[in-house]
Amino acid sequence: MKVILKNVSLFHPVQKIDEKGIDILLTDGVISKIGKINPEEISGAKVFDLSNKHIVPGFFDMHVHLREPGREDEETVQSGCNAAANGGFTGIACMPNTEPAIDSAEVVSFIKKQSKDHLVDVEVIGAATLGRKGEYISPMAELYEAGVVGFSDDGVAIKTSGILKRAFEYSKMYNIPIIEHCEDETLSGGAMNEGLNSTMLGLPPIPSVAEELIVIRDILLAEYTGGKIHIAHLSTKKSVEMVREAKRKGISVTSEVTPHHFTLIDDSLKIYDTNFKMNPPLRTKADVDEILLGLKDGTIDCIASDHAPHSAEEKEAEFEHAPNGITGLETQVGLALTELYHKKIITLGQLIEKMSINPRKILNLPVPNFEVGQIANFTILDLTEIFTFDINRSKSKSKNSPFDKRLLTGKALGVINKSKMFYQDEFLNL
Amino acid sequence: MPLSNRHLLGLQGVPKEDIQLILDTASTFREVLERPIKRVPTLQGKTVVNLFYESSTRTRISFELAEKRLSADSINFAISSSSVSKGESFKDTIKNIEAMKVDMVVVRHSAAGTPLYLTKISDANIINAGDGIHEHPTQGLLDMYSIREKLRKIEGLKVCIVGDVAHSRVALSNIYGLKTMGAEVSVCGPSTMIPKNIEDLGVKVIYNIDEAIQENDVLNVLRIQLERKAREYFPSIREYAKYFGITEERLEKNGKDILILHPGPINRGVELSSGVADGLNQIILKQVTNGVAVRMAVLYLLGTLN
Repeated sequence: MKVILKNVSLFHPVQKIDEKGIDILLTDGVISKIGKINPEEISGAKVFDLSNKHIVPGFFDMHVHLREPGREDEETVQSGCNAAANGGFTGIACMPNTEPAIDSAEVVSFIKKQSKDHLVDVEVIGAATLGRKGEYISPMAELYEAGVVGFSDDGVAIKTSGILKRAFEYSKMYNIPIIEHCEDETLSGGAMNEGLNSTMLGLPPIPSVAEELIVIRDILLAEYTGGKIHIAHLSTKKSVEMVREAKRKGISVTSEVTPHHFTLIDDSLKIYDTNFKMNPPLRTKADVDEILLGLKDGTIDCIASDHAPHSAEEKEAEFEHAPNGITGLETQVGLALTELYHKKIITLGQLIEKMSINPRKILNLPVPNFEVGQIANFTILDLTEIFTFDINRSKSKSKNSPFDKRLLTGKALGVINKSKMFYQDEFLNL
Repeated sequence: MPLSNRHLLGLQGVPKEDIQLILDTASTFREVLERPIKRVPTLQGKTVVNLFYESSTRTRISFELAEKRLSADSINFAISSSSVSKGESFKDTIKNIEAMKVDMVVVRHSAAGTPLYLTKISDANIINAGDGIHEHPTQGLLDMYSIREKLRKIEGLKVCIVGDVAHSRVALSNIYGLKTMGAEVSVCGPSTMIPKNIEDLGVKVIYNIDEAIQENDVLNVLRIQLERKAREYFPSIREYAKYFGITEERLEKNGKDILILHPGPINRGVELSSGVADGLNQIILKQVTNGVAVRMAVLYLLGTLN
């Protein structure tokens, strides 16, 4: 099938492409011409008028919880991929805290099989330790061979420094990063950030230092072993500062932040709405300010959603007892454009690096290029469309988002990947 | 003048006029409690459910008595199990109770914010009888009533809350209420039991009990919850009693006529010596009596609010 994407603004920060009024011809999902195309010259081509729309390398969310296997009532590989496509992503990496955990080649192949025919590439993060229990390292060689692109015990930090050191040493053979959820559980166990708000709300506190202690432990061990560390969802001022300092010293450290941690602060908890409960918790304005600085100066490499679907039954509980986490695949692009691009914190180029280029580089995946002969891997953006996010139109099986009814500027209109297109709420085979 | 809110979830943000009205109304009911027949028909036909998700004898009995003395129909719903992992079942419970056409719900729960959640799923007037370590507004009100009864005023008094402030729902309600009424409030306890940033509420923090006694007109001494996690926050009961316990010697040494409150039940020999617990400075049992009158006032004012 031939498809013409008409009059697009083509943007690729690595290839240094920033051109308006471009036409792209795709043949069976492969880029066959970039330039000026007269639709009449190409018989039977399906034409999409994308005037004033941007085409950028397909977005990749490196921190997603798909819940399959184990909690298919909350999300499946299929529903998660639909949400990803709807949110503007052509690729995601799924975290291993499923039931059972992704600590064997069988579970990896199962997930790969479930996602095989979908437009969205699903990359798998394997458990760093068996059952994510922090006692023995997982069969990393076998997992690597099965195709995992990172190791993590996400949901918790790798339990002890001893086992983390071993995980770094072993994973180094495959040049694969350890992705850490940084939290010292002997200090946490609360329901929100420690501060005046936790005191006033009578909610058990989680001090910011619970995160920072593990960030510094991990940086030191990465330096010592020569391993690669990726700090997931960092949320405090000091975490940003420590990562910045470690990068300056040349330690192999990368980091990501979630849209909620650069958008919201712990004042939002005053109504005890469990859709604002997540781990790490929402922090303070000083933390958000440093995160914005970190995004700007490159300390923070990636934006990732930590998409964590939870059933309404479980979320609709007393605040202290409700599970942590919010869905995020379908609000990420809008929040990043609204809060970062339009507020001039980062440029469009930086935004694309953090949402498309860097996550793939960290996970050793090929970065989509705009060249004839390449398979098209695009996200279609309208940078200026103003819309209200409606959770009822979400493709995820779960609806736990604090951003329902939020006004956003900038939207992902569709995606193209694997000879498939998702546009105007429809999947098409190209 | 009616109350400005149809629920009593906490004393944070409750205006001075409302507190004044509750305390004045309580005075009227306090007089009823001295009569041979301690019952008025004020809430006849109203149904009140006491929904206790956490065991509590004193508060529940106090509310129950207040309801009976106002001639309301009261039902006790005690759920001893603290297994609250099934969130939906909690909502179902409330919806079931709601379907029985109740007018008011008095709720005690181990999780902060639960009374606010109830207001969203129920049309009844909600009264917080203690939510986690958040608030316990009727305790705050009865403490203020008792102080006012004894010292004839609240404004300008110096009141110190002593003990495990971090794990107390009484502390926050006292702080909010007393400050609204113009008292100067401080807290005193081991530093591990003082919650983060409490000074930002306009509260002075004192770590020396002698200093607290010297500086204040009133001590509201909290119960050290020996059976709970609180035990991890100080080295030993002996050390707590030695450095923070209030004894006759300590009161004498500081040569001070000071009013002592305690929400009960007392750990004798820990936060209060027996001599102090039964002594002339304390009004602990008066607080219990006043508690019924204050709860009658709250039930009456909310129940007749339309």
